[in-house]
Formats: sequence, structure tokens, C-alpha cells
Amino acid sequence: MATVSAPSTVGEQAEPEFFTDDEHLIGGKQNLVTIGEKIGNVCLGEVPIPKGWWIMFLSGFTLLQALVLGLAWLFYMGVGVWGINSPVFWGVAIVNFVWWIGIGHAGTLISAILLLMHQKWRTSLNRFAESMTLFAVMCAGIFPLIHMGRPWLAYWLFPFPNNMAVWPQFRSPLCWDAFAVSTYFSVSLLFWYIGLIPDFAYLRDHAKNKIQQMVYGMLAMGWRGSAIHWRRYEKLYLILAGIGTPLVFSVHTIVSFDFAVSIVPLWHATIFPPFFVAGAIFAGFAMVIWLAVPIRHWYGMKDLITTTHLDVCAKIMLGTGLIVSYGYFSEVWMAFYGQSVYEWDTTLQRMFGPYGWSYWLLILTNTIIPQLCWMKKFRTNELLLCLVAGSVHIGMWFERYVIIVTLTRDHLPSSWGRYAPTLWDYAAMFGSLGLFLTLFALFMRFLPMLSITEMRELLPRSAGGRDGHAVMENAK
Amino acid sequence: MSAPTHTPETWGLLAEFDTADALIAATRRAREAGYTKMDGYSPYPIGEVADELGFPRSEIGAIMFTGGLVGATMGFLMLTWVSWVEYPLNIAGKPYFSWSMFIPITWELLVLTASVSGVVGLLALCGLPMPYHPLFNVPGFARATKDGFFLAIEAEDPRFSPTTTKDFLSGLADVKSVEEVPA
Repeated sequence: MATVSAPSTVGEQAEPEFFTDDEHLIGGKQNLVTIGEKIGNVCLGEVPIPKGWWIMFLSGFTLLQALVLGLAWLFYMGVGVWGINSPVFWGVAIVNFVWWIGIGHAGTLISAILLLMHQKWRTSLNRFAESMTLFAVMCAGIFPLIHMGRPWLAYWLFPFPNNMAVWPQFRSPLCWDAFAVSTYFSVSLLFWYIGLIPDFAYLRDHAKNKIQQMVYGMLAMGWRGSAIHWRRYEKLYLILAGIGTPLVFSVHTIVSFDFAVSIVPLWHATIFPPFFVAGAIFAGFAMVIWLAVPIRHWYGMKDLITTTHLDVCAKIMLGTGLIVSYGYFSEVWMAFYGQSVYEWDTTLQRMFGPYGWSYWLLILTNTIIPQLCWMKKFRTNELLLCLVAGSVHIGMWFERYVIIVTLTRDHLPSSWGRYAPTLWDYAAMFGSLGLFLTLFALFMRFLPMLSITEMRELLPRSAGGRDGHAVMENAK
Repeated sequence: MSAPTHTPETWGLLAEFDTADALIAATRRAREAGYTKMDGYSPYPIGEVADELGFPRSEIGAIMFTGGLVGATMGFLMLTWVSWVEYPLNIAGKPYFSWSMFIPITWELLVLTASVSGVVGLLALCGLPMPYHPLFNVPGFARATKDGFFLAIEAEDPRFSPTTTKDFLSGLADVKSVEEVPA
């Protein structure tokens, strides 16, 4: 197969080479059996564990100890061990919360929104992207809890009749947030598990030993692929995708309300919800790229996650990055055009004040560097693409950092202050990365990284599949 | 009780096909022959098989709609009752019944209850979890999650007969094998 790549006259080649045919979504000679073996054998222990997996798992597990230590010290001493104090009470913990939950959103976007939009290329990404969502939401959920000061009273966020005769304050976005994040986690978990059931049935039927057979058998719950069951299953899957789509928008909108409903200058902005949602997808696709590359390399999945997939992810990252950049422009423009002295002065403080470096770093990493994705080389070369995605990770973290350090200088100069995170802030932050890496490494080893069922549907009819058309058409 | 038309040791007969299209055609033939208690089994969903089985529409949509509606209504009433009756708080001078501020939680509860009722509905209607099923006694049935397409006619079917049904299944186009499923 000749790879035509020399002249970059985009208009001529891009059209026939991508999207129009399925051959670029599945490489090699695949059929129903090879798809199952390729993905399932990793879980069944038939594939030797790659070195990279050990590096990922052990480094993740080491970092996880930082989280354990950091939380133990935090619970013993209280939130004073962090750098938070007046006027910045929302420190790195909230930055990390928003960063992680944003990363999670790409998983739902890929599995739900792209399903509704008949995008066949979602198929090889949705399973690990959904897992990424779950683990990222777990990491995110830690931060508001430990930020409470008395995390053992976290259940007060939820309404239940109690002998203190008090109820939550339902007009507060922080209360909405508790509902949004817990619903998001629960629904993502259900969606993920329902998708896994037929794959568990495959693993049960092809288990290599008794333990695998029992564990996967219990998880498969006796699934036997009945046509009647499939019909209900597909309908459920479609509706979950249908309500998952507005759910993901609502969750990050509510996260942005945490800021936007306040009266802090530059926080109190109507641009926040769309700006946050676009940022979430931007960050999430960067993480999908970071996770897709090791899966391709360590487990030889290049036939199933092709260069076309990376290319498409990079384009979405570029597109959402432009929306985010428009958000940065809009913030400055509204401050200028709104004629509010506080808004405009805070903007100047943000750009040229003591934390101005973080603003320009944000513009560099989130707006300027992602523009490299206009070049095809940066979209299809794994190393270059990972570097751009890394820049987005840094940029999206700094976006929220810039937002919280806005608190250092607001309306009243006498209450201005400085904020610096301490070692224990970073212990929780990098520790949460350790939790994510550990969970994701275990997922790669024990659960099917790609959806076996949906990859089989994606196969052309000549190879036993359904041309990827089944999901939407069968759901009745 | 009517007299059993089959040997009690048999759960049914299982025919295997190589392709999805063969299974669709076989299901259509079986329906035309008057069989009703049957099911198709495949590694991925094939809507046409469910159509031929006379199951054109699942109940999941109605279940999720009802679940979501109940969840959202109960949620909204809970928010209203707490904020207006049980524990009224003056928040920035807003009315106690500030319904627009109840929408986010109402929406989240709608999604949550619709999803949970959908999943519970799926499991309940399909009779899952069901760790044991007579079909699992057929060794070749493991291919139903791999590359095999199966049609099972159950012994409970009024037209079932161990001999004629077996002949019927063996006579179908592209059939690979026909096996008896012990009860």
C-alpha cells in the first residue's frame, strides 16, 4: 500500500484518504475471531505484559503513595497545611478538580455524542475513553471532598431527613455540583458497564483458567447474545448516549457556575459555561491522545487505533482549542467594552500583575502551540502529537490556575494577598495523577481496552461485520 | 396442563450458521413455518433477527421515560418542599419558590433515575443475572460470543418435535450444525 504523503495540498488528498472509506479505521486483515483475540487475549493473560505497562503501573503506584501520605497529613492537621488563606481560599485543589473533570468529558463525548452523530471512528476509542472518564472523575471527586476541611461530613451535601433538622442550600451551585458530579459518575459507570457486558461474555467463554472464567462469568451476568436481549440492550445504549450528551454539557456548565455565579470580577461572566465545556473537550482529547499512543505501541493495536484516529482527535483538539482561545479573547473584550473599572483592572492584573507569567504561559500552551496541529505532520506523528497534547495538559491546568489567582486582587486593594501552593498541595495533585495511572494500568491489563462487540460491528460485511451501521439502526 | 410434546430431557434444538445473513434468513423461515418459542444468538446485535422473531420494539424507551419523569418530578417536589415549606432560607432575597434554581438538580435527577431504571429494566426483562442456562451445556455455544450465529427452537414451542424440527433446521440454507440442547 503506497502511502501518499509528500505534497501537502490538503484539498486533493484529504477527502478520499479519510472518512470516505472504512479501510483506514481498521488496518490489517481482521475478522470476528482476530478482533476478539487481539483485544481479549490481553485480559486473558495470553499477551506478555509489556515493559511500558510496568513503568506506567509502578510510577503510578509510587505517586499514589504521595496521595495517601498527603491525605493522611491533611486529615490529621487540617487544610492549613495547604497554601490556602485569605484571600485565596480556592487553591490548587479546585484547579485539580476542574482539570480532572474536564479531562473526563472527552470520554463521554466520544462514546455518547459521536455515537449519536454516526461517527464510526469513535468505535476504537470509546472504551478506553470511557474508562478515562471514570478514573478522571474519581480523581476529580477527591478534591472537593478533601477541600471541605471536615471531609467526614461530606454526606451533608445530600438531602436526607436528619435529627439536626437542616437541609442543603439548594440555590447554591456548590450543591448543584455535588449532584452533577455524582450523577455524572454513576451514569458513566452504568454506560461503561453495560458496554462491557457482551465483552465479559466473550472473556468468560474463552477464559484460560477457572478464576478468569468465574470472575468474567460473574461480571457477564449470564449474557448469551440473545436477539431479544440485544434489541433491549441497543435501545438502552442509545438512550443512555442520548441523555449522556446533555448530561456532559450540564456537568461542566454547573462546574463553571461555581465560579460564574459569584461576583468576583472576571468570574461573573456568561461566557463561562460554553468556555468551560469547550475547554473540557480540548483537555479530554489531549488525554485520549496520550492514552491511545501507549495502547497502540505496547499492545500492537495500530490496526485498530489507526493514524486516522489520531488525526481526527488532533483536529477536534485544534477546533475546541480555537473555541477556548475565543473565550480568552472574549473575556478581555468584555472587560474592556463593559467599562467596569474592576473588570478591566483585574484583566490588567491578570496579564501584568504578579501572576502575569501564568497568563502568558496559558496563552502560549493553550492557544499558540496547538496551532501546530494545522500541519498534518503534527497530527499524524505520534511523538509530535503527544508533545502538543502535553502542552494542552499544562495549559488547561494553568487556565484554572489563572482563574483562582484572580482572587489575589479583586475589588478592595486592602484585602489583596498572595497565594503559593505548599508541598502538600502538590502531594495531592501528583498523587491524584498516580491514582489515575494505577487505575488505568489495571484497566489495560484486566478489561478489554477496546469494545470487542463494536469493533466487530465495524468490520465490513465481507469480514463478518455490519459495516459499523448496527448501533443506531437496531435500537428500537 | 397439556401433554408434553417432547422428551423432557431436551430444552430445545440449536442450529449454527456462519453468517449473520444466514441467521436472518433462517429466523424468517422458522417464523414462516409457525415456530414461536425461539431465539437467535449472535456476537453482536442484528436487528433483523429481532424483527423476524416478532420483537420489533423493546420496552426500554417507555421504562426510561417513566423513570426519568418520576425522578424529575419527585426531585422538583423535594426541592420545592424543602426550600419553601420545611426549611425556608432567605438567600439573597430570592423567593422561596425560586424554581429556576431548582432546574439543575431536577435535571441531574432526571438523568440519574432514567439511567438507573433503564439498566434495572434491561436486567429484569432479560432475566439477568442468570449464571446458568441450558444453552451453556452445548460446548459449541461459546462461539455465540465469537463468530457463531445460532438459532434455537425451544422444546416448549407447541410445534416442536425432536425429529421434524431437527429435520427442518437441518434443511435450512447455510446451516453448519444442529445440536440438541439438554435441559
